[in-house]
Amino acid sequence: MLDLDVIWRNLPFLMLQGFLGFGNFVGGTLRLAIPSIILGFLLGIFIGIARLAPQWWIRMPATVYVEFFRGVPLVMVIFWMWFIMPIVLKTSIPEFGVALTAFVVFEAAYLGEIVRAGIQSVARGQVEAATALGLSGSQGMRYVILPQALKNMIPSLVTQFIVLFKDTSLASIIGFMDLTKAEQVVNNREVRPFALYLFIAVVYWICTYSMSRYARHVEQRLSPA
Amino acid sequence: MNYQFKWSVLWTGESGQWLLSGLITTLELSIVAWLIAIALGIVSGSLRTIRFWPLRAAATFYVEFFRNVPLLVWMFFWYFAVPPLLPEAVQQWLYAHGLEFWAAVFALGVYSGARFSEVLRSGIQSIPRTQLEASVASGLTTFQAYRYVILPVALRLIIPPGTNESLNLLKNSSVALTISVAELTFQTRQIETYTAKAIEALTAGTVIYLVLCVSIASIMSWVERRTAIPGLIVGGRQRR
Repeated sequence: MLDLDVIWRNLPFLMLQGFLGFGNFVGGTLRLAIPSIILGFLLGIFIGIARLAPQWWIRMPATVYVEFFRGVPLVMVIFWMWFIMPIVLKTSIPEFGVALTAFVVFEAAYLGEIVRAGIQSVARGQVEAATALGLSGSQGMRYVILPQALKNMIPSLVTQFIVLFKDTSLASIIGFMDLTKAEQVVNNREVRPFALYLFIAVVYWICTYSMSRYARHVEQRLSPA
Repeated sequence: MNYQFKWSVLWTGESGQWLLSGLITTLELSIVAWLIAIALGIVSGSLRTIRFWPLRAAATFYVEFFRNVPLLVWMFFWYFAVPPLLPEAVQQWLYAHGLEFWAAVFALGVYSGARFSEVLRSGIQSIPRTQLEASVASGLTTFQAYRYVILPVALRLIIPPGTNESLNLLKNSSVALTISVAELTFQTRQIETYTAKAIEALTAGTVIYLVLCVSIASIMSWVERRTAIPGLIVGGRQRR
């Protein structure tokens, strides 16, 4: 039942091509996950701040954005990008670009909510103190509020990064050669589904579990004793 | 942008029928998976808070392993890897009754159960430990204490995060299209394939998902108000 040899034979393809993204195909779980996390977080910061803006014409589009993407499945967003990006940009877009855009746009809605909650958790007096020191609104946000908010957000951020990391497997639907797709390619030739699916499950698990352990560690270190 | 819109593809031909059958399949899949997820979540979430360590360890293993691996991998696992290991009679039944649907139900149910388990565990842990001690002191067994004292309170406390998880389950059911379950996203793609009108088809699917999510969220916030424990759940979710 458990054929470890099949894993050993295909290990270079699965790990180098599928997991890291080195090889003949455009792919790689990590190569998609890392930029998605960084760019999604940056967009999320802007959306989180916009959700708290005093001007309604900034706040409302941000709210609609968040509520929209939180009500739609990610698979749907991936298909939207897949069909709409070539039409709008009038050129063909590689799977990597489509997947990256879909993940950034989708996860930014969730990350934006975390950023908003983080900002709201900073004591009101800090804003007033920043203003009293003569900092402008954006300076106060940049140097006083955000650094403290980020610290409070770390546990929920890492949880969301884990979700994003798992979600990158959906890029295989449009043919991106990530770990899941690489495994399917190998399985089509070898037909050892049990061993192969269990193997990639364990690879994903090692990554996500170490991330969640790290989140717990940070949470304990930051919580007031 | 030289895209020719043709919204009539949504109400001509078989589109409407496809969307309706996709919606029904999505709901069937989500409801059966939800029942499995709730059952697994209540059992494993409770076991994670008891003293007897072998059961606690088993529940922890279940939650940490199933929750931390992508749902897509579980879909393929239950569809391709598990059926060949089952007894012949069960395989025959599954092939005759839509293997892909049941594989999707199990993948979604077992995966979401691990997520529900975490929600319930935090709900149980937010109840003062003295409640359990008081129930045991008044002569209840641990099982009875959970059944009659801890769980009724915990389940009411977790309605808001539980609703979030239920909506995640509904949205995650779209992953079942990868093992060709003809649910809503699958049917949306089918309309696109037949009519070559991607934007119209995707709009229809997206609107249905949005309406589903918004209606479930409002029903659940009504349930939350009805089941609020006076004096215990002070604010709950923000009232609109």
